[in-house]
Amino acid sequence: MQTDLLILLIPLLPLIGFIINGIGFRKVPTGLVGIIAAAGPLAAFACVLLVFDGFTTISELGKTAPVRTVLFDWITVGHFNIPFSFQIDQLSLIMLLIVTGVGSLIHIYSIGYMKHDDGYGKFMAFLNLFLFFMLLLVMGSNYVVMFIGWEGVGLCSYLLIGFWNKNTSYNNAARKAFVMNRIGDLGFLLGIFMIMGAFGSVEYVDVFEQAAGFPIGDPTVVAITMLLFVGAMGKSAQIPLYTWLPDAMAGPTPVSALIHAATMVTAGIYMVVRSNVLYTLSPITLEIMGGIAIATALLAASIGLVQNDIKKVLAYSTVSQLGYMFLGLSVMGYTSGMFHVMTHAFFKALLFLGAGSVIHAMADEQDIRKMGGLRKYLPITYWTFLIATIAISGIPPFAGFFSKDEILMHVYEHNKLLWVLGVIGSAMTSFYMFRLLFLTFFGRFRGTEHTREHLHESPASMTIPLLVLAVLSVIGGFFNVPEALGGSASLAEFLDPIFELSRKVSPHSFDETLLTHSEEFMLMGISSGVAILALVVAYVMYIQRVNLPEADTVERPVVEKVLYNKYYIDELYENIIVKPTRGLSDAFYSFGEFIIDGVVNGTGWAVKQTSGQLRRLQTGSIGFYVFAMVASIAVILWLRFFIKL
Amino acid sequence: MLTLSILLFPILAALLVLAVGGKQAKQIAFAGALVELALSGYAFLNFVPDATSQFSFDYPWIFAGSIRFSAGIDGVSLLLVVLTGLLTPLIILSAFRHTYERPAVFYSLILFMQAALMGVFTARDAFLFYLYFEAALIPIYFLAASWGGENRIAVTFKFFVYTIFGSLFMLVALVYLYFQTSPATGIHSSAITDLYNLKLSATEQTWIFWAFFIAFAIKMPVFPFHTWQPDTYVESPTPATMLLAGIMLKMGVYGVIRLLLPIVPEGVDRWGTTAIVLSVIGIVYGALIAIRQRDIKRLIAYSSFSHVGLMAAGVFSQTSYGIQGALVQMLAHGINVVGMFFVADIIASRTNTRLLDQMGGITRYTPKLTVFFMILLLGSVALPLTNGFVGEFLLLAGVFEHNNILGGVAGLTIIFGAVYMLRLFQKAMFGKTTDLTTGFNDVSGSESWVFIPLCFMVFWIGLVPNSFLKLTEPAVTNLLQFIK
Repeated sequence: MQTDLLILLIPLLPLIGFIINGIGFRKVPTGLVGIIAAAGPLAAFACVLLVFDGFTTISELGKTAPVRTVLFDWITVGHFNIPFSFQIDQLSLIMLLIVTGVGSLIHIYSIGYMKHDDGYGKFMAFLNLFLFFMLLLVMGSNYVVMFIGWEGVGLCSYLLIGFWNKNTSYNNAARKAFVMNRIGDLGFLLGIFMIMGAFGSVEYVDVFEQAAGFPIGDPTVVAITMLLFVGAMGKSAQIPLYTWLPDAMAGPTPVSALIHAATMVTAGIYMVVRSNVLYTLSPITLEIMGGIAIATALLAASIGLVQNDIKKVLAYSTVSQLGYMFLGLSVMGYTSGMFHVMTHAFFKALLFLGAGSVIHAMADEQDIRKMGGLRKYLPITYWTFLIATIAISGIPPFAGFFSKDEILMHVYEHNKLLWVLGVIGSAMTSFYMFRLLFLTFFGRFRGTEHTREHLHESPASMTIPLLVLAVLSVIGGFFNVPEALGGSASLAEFLDPIFELSRKVSPHSFDETLLTHSEEFMLMGISSGVAILALVVAYVMYIQRVNLPEADTVERPVVEKVLYNKYYIDELYENIIVKPTRGLSDAFYSFGEFIIDGVVNGTGWAVKQTSGQLRRLQTGSIGFYVFAMVASIAVILWLRFFIKL
Repeated sequence: MLTLSILLFPILAALLVLAVGGKQAKQIAFAGALVELALSGYAFLNFVPDATSQFSFDYPWIFAGSIRFSAGIDGVSLLLVVLTGLLTPLIILSAFRHTYERPAVFYSLILFMQAALMGVFTARDAFLFYLYFEAALIPIYFLAASWGGENRIAVTFKFFVYTIFGSLFMLVALVYLYFQTSPATGIHSSAITDLYNLKLSATEQTWIFWAFFIAFAIKMPVFPFHTWQPDTYVESPTPATMLLAGIMLKMGVYGVIRLLLPIVPEGVDRWGTTAIVLSVIGIVYGALIAIRQRDIKRLIAYSSFSHVGLMAAGVFSQTSYGIQGALVQMLAHGINVVGMFFVADIIASRTNTRLLDQMGGITRYTPKLTVFFMILLLGSVALPLTNGFVGEFLLLAGVFEHNNILGGVAGLTIIFGAVYMLRLFQKAMFGKTTDLTTGFNDVSGSESWVFIPLCFMVFWIGLVPNSFLKLTEPAVTNLLQFIK
């Protein structure tokens, strides 16, 4: 019972924060707003720790089954019921730790970052609301509760991207994010309908239990996994539904860190891992996922090579890293995908918050061409940013190295070509990240004198989260050190019960690795060697030779131009989707309605002509006669009723 | 007897409004509508969730009692009675901000309309149903034709003729059915439940299916019978538009559930998919048109047309998801669309324009309106935990179960819905202020009291839909037995 209450409190606490700050917007004193807003997530984090502790205690006794808490029956039709209920198991616990942990840090950071904004209270309320929905997403015990969270985080993402709503381009970015997500959501929804049809339930426990009895490659399961993956593409920004994420950088930077890096965008990975039985049953979907994942990883990384907006570089990096996570999932390296979700949450949140600190100091300037030499002015930001850069680049022994290496190892076992492509992407990652680091923090300052005077390290509420995340980015990899390096793969061991059914349907895929330790060392050597090589190239280009990216007006070489313009994908979508839709809309409105109406009026005209002959007998309008007829029938019938009575 | 009170009370209230007249007209009308709300609330709270007709009455009427004055509330009626009871006082309250000429006539017409709508939703005799179905046209015709915009005469004439034309088909079908009952004894019956038990040949079913379909399709409206609708919505005074979109179009959906499905099940088996195809075309067609509308009222009109298409498709899917979804969605849509038209009315009357490109930046002045507008918008785009989600989820599940492809196409509504609704919100509320929107006044006290119950309902239905679904369940199950 007590556990039930704790579990219920986890989403409830941020919701209470939202209600207080939301209803009391402009009435709650500024000092209190931040305390209320941060208290919810922190208390929720404490609840998660207690639940985690309780769960591991009983797991040691061998009870690894999920703990389900049913609040009430939400939608019931006939024998079909959707309970509003939560499921606590190994997977949701990991997600809960990330969401409330990193979420709390970002709330604290936001106090410093947004305090002077007019909409401070509203902003904090929206962040709380986001957390509430994100918690529903990961805690739900069925697909429909997941879908509540799924759409809810989309709404908050919309509200926060367009937070500064006087700016039309920000509003457009927000709308684009919502609509693109909705395209994915339709896929998700249809997937849910297929699940309802095939299993008669949407509860994970029921669905997976039954699914384990299906043969591999069953067409229904294949269709379900494809549809669910469409949902994942939208939320986790994979080709072709990724273009909203770079635009989403219009939102305040803490939003980019929380929603568009650490938590919401990883929901797609969570969903696939959650449904791992279904995906294991559907190798075709996994193949397609692998193709999309590697394409996304490389496309986004290559665009990131030449961007000059500090947040845009990080945004493309996020898209690319999400690609890596799906790459891991596509070869049934489910744990490695989750592992990367976790480490990425640490270092990418750190990078965005660091970028926020820089933008804060630079008085809202985001162009790295106008930065440089900031390490002197922002020492804490610099050191933590450096740590995160090393971590994301996959240089040992920081967090990103372990998780990315694990993904690449699984890929290597499965498909050598994919591995080669993955390593190339890894080199690009290291290059664009060090390029960003060098251009921002090294060299001489390139901004105006006015900005230089303004430069200052951020307040403690912002730097403390940076330091905590930096520590996590250093040690985060040790949660799952491979055996080759003398580790115990503790994350894999912890998550193991989640994959029990997958192992049952396809025992072969979950065999112990065939790679020898020396092969593993070779793979690690290659991937870290490539990363360091890319670092050196970046160093030579931007520190030794002091190459500065050119102004937008300068004509670029063809390849660079294509990359700089993001392969013209936005323009392509504009021309093949947006404009034709508008055209169709106009055509329907002017032409379609005209024709339909013409037919109707033609019929009316014919009737009128006929009645026109009769009309000579009488005067007055048709309308009046029709009306008189109906009215008199009504009166007669009514009178009859009352007289009979 | 409760049903009889529900049917007669608005008429008495209307007569009182006419008798007293003058400045008190609106207050009396509002008070009357509140009493009616209490009556329907009483029905809601005391309704026993089974398949029977409750609070009913039954008197002989015509032809020695073979046509009866008989009405009652069952699970299918209940939510519509609640909807009518809830929306009418809010519609009257929303009209307080305007001064209408001849207020006594204006407000009494709204109450007459309410009486007729209640009659449609509770009639248990087919001819009584028809009578009320037609009677509902009269007050709305006068409301639109007397207090409407510039083109009101032409537009309402078209509306009137169009719908009368459709219902004539229904009348013919009903008369035919009436004579099919008890051919042996010669004692006929027009009780709706007696019509359910008729054994009709395949040809008869086809003819009657189409006769009913045209009548109800015009009312809803279903593509391609919709061209009366956008003009009528735009030209009518807002309270009339709210009655039309919020309640009256549900007569069509209700008619399909009450008469068409159970009387001609084979006809539905044969032609239901055609009806769904038309409905789904309407969903996409209406939504696409809504995307580019500049006139805020016309945009909502097309969006309503698109949403109704989904209800029709769900009902014709003949699944319990689809029918339960339609019943909840009728309630939800009524609430959302009335709220949206009220937002449109507030904006249009304060800025003196209905054109989106002349608006912008209103949110700067209006924290309350922004929140109400946003909540209603979320309901309209079917965000989970709002009323629209429950209905659309079940409707789409029903259509999907019937036919996967059609379900997928119908699902486009959740994408297009987001496109046009967010565009509407952005153009009106966000961006830079214009000459017309500068200094916009936030909603006043009485305006808030229209929004607050609506927003409350958005969340109530969204959070605890079972408090409604449980009440309709037995009736729907019973109905499905006639269909299968």
